[in-house]
Amino acid sequence: MANHTIAHNVYVPFLEKKGILSWILTTDHKRIGILYLISISFFFLVAGVFALLLRYELLTPASDFVQPHTYNVLFTLHGSIMVFFFIVPGLAASFGNFLIPLMIGAPDVAFPKLNLGSYWIYLLGTVIVLIALAKPADTGWTFYTPYSATTDTDVVLITLGVFVLGFSSILTGLNFIVTIHKMRAPGMTWHRLPLFIWASYATAVLQLLATPVVGITLLLLITERTLGVGFFDPAKGGDPVLFQNFFWFYSHPAVYIMIIPAMGVISEIIPVFARKPIFGYKAIAYSSLGIAFISFLVWAHHMFTSGISDIAATIFSFLTFLVAIPTAIKVFNWTATLYKGSIHLHSAMLYALAFVFLFTIGGLTGLFLGALAADIHLHDTYFVVAHMHYVMIGGTVMGFFGALHFWYPKWFGRMFNETVAKIAWFFIFIGFNVTFFPQFFLGVQGMPRRYATYPAEFESLMSLSTYGSWILGAGIIIMTVNLIAGLINGEKAPQNPYGSLSLEWQVPSPPPLENFEEIPHVTDWSYGYGKKK
Amino acid sequence: MSTHSHAEEHHITSNKTYIVVWAALMVMTAITVYVSYINFGTFNIVIALVVASIKASIVALYFMHLKFEDSITWVFALFPLSLLALLIGMTITDTFTRTIVP
Amino acid sequence: MGDGSVEHSHGHHMDPAVEYSSSKLGMWLFLGTEILLFGGLFAAYAIFRAKYPEMFFEQHVELNKKMGAVNTCILIFSSLTMAMGVSAMQRGKQKVTAILILITILCGLGFGVVKYFEYSAKFHHHIYPDTSIFFSLYFLMTGLHMLHVFIGLAILAVLFVLTLKGKFTAKYNTPVEVGGLYWHLVDLIWIYLFPLLYLIG
Ligand code: HEM
Ligand SMILES: [Cu+2]
Repeated sequence: MANHTIAHNVYVPFLEKKGILSWILTTDHKRIGILYLISISFFFLVAGVFALLLRYELLTPASDFVQPHTYNVLFTLHGSIMVFFFIVPGLAASFGNFLIPLMIGAPDVAFPKLNLGSYWIYLLGTVIVLIALAKPADTGWTFYTPYSATTDTDVVLITLGVFVLGFSSILTGLNFIVTIHKMRAPGMTWHRLPLFIWASYATAVLQLLATPVVGITLLLLITERTLGVGFFDPAKGGDPVLFQNFFWFYSHPAVYIMIIPAMGVISEIIPVFARKPIFGYKAIAYSSLGIAFISFLVWAHHMFTSGISDIAATIFSFLTFLVAIPTAIKVFNWTATLYKGSIHLHSAMLYALAFVFLFTIGGLTGLFLGALAADIHLHDTYFVVAHMHYVMIGGTVMGFFGALHFWYPKWFGRMFNETVAKIAWFFIFIGFNVTFFPQFFLGVQGMPRRYATYPAEFESLMSLSTYGSWILGAGIIIMTVNLIAGLINGEKAPQNPYGSLSLEWQVPSPPPLENFEEIPHVTDWSYGYGKKK
Repeated sequence: MSTHSHAEEHHITSNKTYIVVWAALMVMTAITVYVSYINFGTFNIVIALVVASIKASIVALYFMHLKFEDSITWVFALFPLSLLALLIGMTITDTFTRTIVP
Repeated sequence: MGDGSVEHSHGHHMDPAVEYSSSKLGMWLFLGTEILLFGGLFAAYAIFRAKYPEMFFEQHVELNKKMGAVNTCILIFSSLTMAMGVSAMQRGKQKVTAILILITILCGLGFGVVKYFEYSAKFHHHIYPDTSIFFSLYFLMTGLHMLHVFIGLAILAVLFVLTLKGKFTAKYNTPVEVGGLYWHLVDLIWIYLFPLLYLIG
């Protein structure tokens, strides 16, 4: 570097600085994004191992691999880690951090130090939960009372950990909202914003305003166990269903915290590889806000069999169907964007297409569950397990993998092996469907969830599902190895390998420390594909 | 760009206004305390909450300068309140329309 | 920037006007979060109060209305001094600001002392958070509020020291205004807690 004389023109990639301190004390949004990316990927793999163990137990009807109590602990850990450590911070904290400033033409987020603080708080939460593993909870990730108030496993520490993670999520959301309001480059009007930004904004609002309610709920659960408070205890005049009302006031919006950023990712990938302007920009943008808003109105559809009143159940069932509208608007617009496009099947595009297909299945089966009468039968069966995995893996995880493959060259300045990536995608797609599609049938036939054993009549479909989990696991291993190998000896990535129009592709790969040498002046939206050239 | 002043004008409230607001808050506090000694039945609740809400509003408007903030601040000041109303409203709807009240 | 009191991540400087409005918006967002954090308790209050009106009525008389009223006056007064402090800083009067913040801090401490006597009187009568639903609500709502008072006091203490050091001027006083917003929230919540618990139990 010493030879360069024109100091302000030197391109210093943000990855240049080495040393552990340059990471844990960084306030650079791109590095903080990497910290999150590593953390959530790690927890995804850990919880994935738990999932494989769960499925291995379910290979045969008897509980021959682990004891039922161990099984309960395993699904609690699998569910809690996947939800609170991986998928809720997930795309928002990793790609949100990396992309938001780049896409809106800003040097960083509005509060860089607070951003680092959020990450530390996230770490603190994980440490607390790790300590809780000394006597792991067996309540399921939902911590329902009255069981969670009485079991002698360690519920207090794990809920405290989740409470702390919630704060991290709140502060990240706060930071992003302010960033998007105040830091947009000149000319970057709301209707020129990339759709990922609209999605991140909607997500951030949910993070900010839904999370505190689960925070207080978990605190109340903790006081129930420590101070003898009785809000959820019928013996003391409390009401266990109240816990569920509070819990789902957060946790339904939380499923949109998980999925909306993935929808944003898909809206970025599809037009690039269909070489067509996105169809229905405004409809997609505002439907993100619409989904976020409606998601506050439907929480009790998780409680139809919990003894809530018929009136409440009817209202909530009706409102649940409303969510289908903005969601379908998105799916139709993506499909219309694909129509007559010149489609290039890059691995990122394959994940995006998988998203559209699998998420549609997940979403439509959600309507079955939202229908009052059907849910009485389907509630707490494998139908629910299948539905939620179609949404969470088929939706969010596909979006996450798509984002990984799409922005990988930009973030790390290297390329991965595209052929191997496609093979991994194939394993993941097949494995996923073999694992979870049979579970719809199992559920309809009445197989309940959260049991280590099952009647022999379910054996063929159950073991099919377990075989599928092995294919899925193999695919994820291939993908992980391929992406890590690319970091080590991948080719150097060009600045803009796919000819994308959004701002992050107009800076070198990896981006320089300050993102833009000069803050850009934006004159157009970033979806004008296929017009010229 | 040169006409755009960076030192954004912000409104400075006079101490006189503050003291008037404070006096109003004190008067309203006195009213609620006084009213609590008289029995109006359920109206006691209504009066207390209405007065509290007026007090809270003027604290927000004047002490917190909400009156001079832009629309986005208003949105984020009011939207959480509507969510709170939703949480309370729908939970109550459920609890008190159950056929078996637990 | 000129005064150099705010450092930025990697040397790029944020436009002070943007920084000012960002910080303020950020604090308002945080207040929204806080309101919903208390929201769970307010919702629990609403439900149990509707379910057990007699319990609330019989037990709220155990609370000391006078102490509650005194504390209300203290907090409202502290909000006044805080607001005046912010205005004084905007006019560049550092000394006046420091004194007003100090008075605010003293009020907050006074509030804590009164609360301490209230709590010990309750414990003396063997009233604890697990005594009844009403007292669970009383202790949790006032306890969570007290926690916010302490956080507010910590913020005010930092602002006091920085004001004395002359870090704030008529041009740059964002932290004072934003910290003030937080302190007013403490007041706002108490404005509801006082009647709900002490007056209409
Ligand atoms: C790697 C592939 C995965 C497999 C094979 C798998 C398998 C399973 C199994 C067997 C259960 C327990 C069902 C029961 O007995 O009730 C379960 C539950 C669950 N999984 Fe997964 N899972 C996978 C990935 C994920 C992902 C990516 C997420 C979320 C991001 C997730 C979230 C959940 C949740 C929330 C539960 C519910 C736990 C509960 O019932 O309390 N899973 N999964
Ligand atoms: Cu839901």
